Amino acid sequence: MSYRIEGRDGEWEVVVGMEVHAQVVSNAKLFSGASTAFGAPPNSQVSIVDAAFPGMLPVINRECVAQAVRTGLGLNAEINLVSRFDRKNYFYADLPPGYQISQYQHPLVGSGALAIELADGTSKDIGITRLHLEQDAGKSLHDQHAEKSLIDLNRAGVALMEIVSEPDIRSPEEAGAYLRKLRTILRYLGTCDGNMEEGSLRADVNVSVRRPGEPLRTRCEVKNVNSVRFVMQAVEAEARRQIAVWEEGGAVEQETRLFDPARFETRSMRSKEEAHDYRYFPDPDLVPLTLDPAWIEELRAALPELPDAKKARFMAEYGLSAYDASQLVAEAPTAAYFETLARGRRPKTVANFMLGDISAALNRLGHSFASTPLFTTKATGALLDMIEDGTINGRIAKQVIEEMEVSGEGAEAIVERLGLRQVTDTAAIEAAVAEVLARESAKVAEFRAGKEKLFGFFVGQVMKAMGGKGNPALVNDMLKRKLS
Amino acid sequence: MPLDILTVRRIARLARLRLEDSEIERLRQELGGILAWVEMLDELDVTGVPPMTGAVAMALKMRPDLVTEGGNPEIVLGNAPERIGDFYAVPKVVE
Amino acid sequence: MNLTDFGLAAARLALGRREFSARDLTLAHLAAIEALNRRLNAFITVTAEQALAQAAAADAALAKGEGGPLAGIPLAIKDIFCTAGIRTTAASRILGPFVPPYESAVTANLRRDGAVFLGKTNLDEFAMGSSTTSSAFGSTENPWKRRQDPEIRLVPGGSSGGSAAAVAAHLALGATGTDTGGSIRQPASFCGIAGIKPTYGRCSRFGVVAFASSLDHPGPFGRSVEDCAILLRSMAGHDPRDSTSVDVPVPDYPAACARGIRGLRVGVPREYRVEGMAGEIEEMWQSGLGWLREAGATIVDVSLPHTKYGLPTYYIVAPAEASSNLARYDGVRYGLRVPGEDLIDLYERTRGEGFGAEVKRRILMGTYVLSAGYYDAYYLKAQKVRALILKDFTDAFAEVDALLAPTAPSAAFAEGEKTEDPVTMYLNDVFTVPADLAGVPAISVPAGLDADGLPLGLQVIGPPFGEEVVFTVAAALERAAGFAALPAIRAGSPRT
Ligand SMILES: [Mg+2]
Ligand SMILES: [Zn+2]
Repeated sequence: MSYRIEGRDGEWEVVVGMEVHAQVVSNAKLFSGASTAFGAPPNSQVSIVDAAFPGMLPVINRECVAQAVRTGLGLNAEINLVSRFDRKNYFYADLPPGYQISQYQHPLVGSGALAIELADGTSKDIGITRLHLEQDAGKSLHDQHAEKSLIDLNRAGVALMEIVSEPDIRSPEEAGAYLRKLRTILRYLGTCDGNMEEGSLRADVNVSVRRPGEPLRTRCEVKNVNSVRFVMQAVEAEARRQIAVWEEGGAVEQETRLFDPARFETRSMRSKEEAHDYRYFPDPDLVPLTLDPAWIEELRAALPELPDAKKARFMAEYGLSAYDASQLVAEAPTAAYFETLARGRRPKTVANFMLGDISAALNRLGHSFASTPLFTTKATGALLDMIEDGTINGRIAKQVIEEMEVSGEGAEAIVERLGLRQVTDTAAIEAAVAEVLARESAKVAEFRAGKEKLFGFFVGQVMKAMGGKGNPALVNDMLKRKLS
Repeated sequence: MPLDILTVRRIARLARLRLEDSEIERLRQELGGILAWVEMLDELDVTGVPPMTGAVAMALKMRPDLVTEGGNPEIVLGNAPERIGDFYAVPKVVE
Repeated sequence: MNLTDFGLAAARLALGRREFSARDLTLAHLAAIEALNRRLNAFITVTAEQALAQAAAADAALAKGEGGPLAGIPLAIKDIFCTAGIRTTAASRILGPFVPPYESAVTANLRRDGAVFLGKTNLDEFAMGSSTTSSAFGSTENPWKRRQDPEIRLVPGGSSGGSAAAVAAHLALGATGTDTGGSIRQPASFCGIAGIKPTYGRCSRFGVVAFASSLDHPGPFGRSVEDCAILLRSMAGHDPRDSTSVDVPVPDYPAACARGIRGLRVGVPREYRVEGMAGEIEEMWQSGLGWLREAGATIVDVSLPHTKYGLPTYYIVAPAEASSNLARYDGVRYGLRVPGEDLIDLYERTRGEGFGAEVKRRILMGTYVLSAGYYDAYYLKAQKVRALILKDFTDAFAEVDALLAPTAPSAAFAEGEKTEDPVTMYLNDVFTVPADLAGVPAISVPAGLDADGLPLGLQVIGPPFGEEVVFTVAAALERAAGFAALPAIRAGSPRT
């Protein structure tokens, strides 16, 4: 069902395109040999090229080009064998040369597509218009000093990929799904760490609205939105603002806006309103970038399995549901974790356990499948094996996990120390069943009179009497026998 | 094509050049003269001619992804007209 | 013989034989600078201390029978090459007290080969000009004088006028320059010395303050073709820090100077015969062709049909690139800062006061031709015409080995002449600009004197990376011309 916003007099459709700036993973900057590492002391990662000293010239970093090609391949996009760098001219304190080197007319990567998945289980292709390489600017700090802005050029010259989508996005949900999926692919490829808090991934969201079936209307660009949630909110807030403007008989003006999450509204960037005239022209310090098709094939051959392919394989190979497979492939380390555990175990059990109790525990600890020192594949595997071979049951497993979080011990040690081994001794189970049935004679009568759903109640009571350690299958069998 | 004062001011603003009023009229005339002179190029039909963007025909050479520079803020800050600690300082920018 | 009267090649031989020391040679040049620079204003900065240290190092090497091809040779460096620890100004107020923490590739190569740097020479601000009158440090005087009017101050040409004047006046054995529209060849012609602009990409632009990136060509000045060849061999070479530097081996240029020209085909571009060109220049051109014919070359008429479009093309492309290249001078990281009410005001005041009139004119011109709505009509069009100009040369070099033409349409003019109208001034570069646009090598050789006794140069243009044939033809021309005149003002001359 398509997303519509109900206006004062009728429905509106939202049309969204996105420009995402993704910081390229590389050791050195796009055109200099300065480091890209995050969080260094001010101006400690600046070369005389980045600071635009007289006579300094750009020389392109091969790995940054490779990363952009990998990303293009990952987006099923065409790689342009000849591309070019242009200068985008404007003055700003954190832009030392007075221009940004970017690819305006002839980008490295042409059109491609990315498939997003929606909550209703459907999927949709979002067109990629282009991807190009460009330089990041430095950082201006406006709140460190009463009269001065302070300039740190550590970021100046770091490689960015600008990834531009077609205006194919039609709802906040699709916008969020697009950004999430893009981030997943970038992380799989290792071409961008996708860290939105550190600014490695920033989205500019172009929003317009129209009556269903109408041609496109004026769009506004909401700049530098830095989380998936805010992107979704910004789409809705900006769409509602535009609808109000149109419905009041006004006209939306093309402009750049900022999203304020605290107020759930966008506002005009008045300070940037001065007419821009970037005077793009080919950078005469660089010659066209020509790629060897053999090198592109080498890069293609070395690409990792990407999330869509992995999901399909998980469904086919492990018999997982589409939903579970999607969840598991969202992060490459999670998928790898799953595959390690699934070897020699029942994949569905592994998936359930990972996406259930283990994910919950990791959330509480603020860890991920990639980073947890506690729930290594070995530790989780041991726990799974104890369930599988009947040493403990699922309920006890939960308790063991909680104990692991506190004590940091391994599962086996905890089971031994707390005596959590599952009871499979039929005599002990028979005794507990007998005790419960004797105590609950009224309920037994009701059950026998046809109130069959009381069976669960008896299971619960028996397990409680056994401290949770009863083997659930044996308890069930015994109860059935005694109640029949 | 004669240039008007407003265009000269707009271009000067774009180029971040403060011009004295006395300079503007002179520049308007000089630039107008140069522009009229370069219109000589309109005699040529350049349809289908690929633009020449540089004087050298070769593929772009690429550098290895190695950190070879940086690490010493003094190198880039040593000539700064104004600095605060290891930052360049400029009049406060209101955004 | 006065030590300042040696040519570069001869001085290097004598140094090798320990006939005199690098220290003596350097001191002689420093003394000459001391005596004449106040008048000529060829140097913005004299680096006596550094020169003597380099000379001492050269003497030590020479004493051991070592030392590079330029060991102990005193040179002048155009103040557009960044030199580590030495103020570099580009003759602009905006660079203020700028001291680069790095060395340009070309000067590093010269240092590697043992050269001694006497100082940094004057130029038109940011190399924008043909007269060395727009320098923030005052104009440079041409050491040559009109016979009948020796009091008039003539320009040395530009933009590398300080380097050309220094070499002509025997203040240095050689010098570096940069040629964007003729800035090596035209001052060489005006000052009666040789100067070559090599192929684009032959000398690294790393550390050269940029004027117009796709047109800037570093190159040397010398008092002979061979001196230029020796200097270029040291200056040239691939540099991975410049993406437009070409990875082609550097040939033995001095050896090329000794070759004969028998069998070479030399073209005469008919479009260089422009209206209003002095009759003396036409005559000298004919003499040059005669000398080459006598030396065994075949003279062929060729056509470079787009020649007259070179200048207007240049005056779109060069200012466009300059407007962008000079955006970095903003008062934030180095150089002059003029305080302002806010950042934009600071930028505008710094740039308004820091740049001189010609630089501002070109920045505005460049900004205009790139601005929205004008790009296609001016910049894109100029790039297409530039392609046609390159094709003219490519077609010509399919038929001939080299071209011979005058370097400039006149001899040195007086300060104050030709300055009211920028277009008149720009016409000075009519013969030099096409080779810059095409990126092909070209040398100016002194070939004779005009009626006033001022030197006139002829230009040999070669195909891309054809520096050897350029040197061969130029050396033949030089031998035939036998140019031996000296400027009125020079080291050791009675007038000084
Ligand atoms: Mg954008
Ligand atoms: Zn961008």
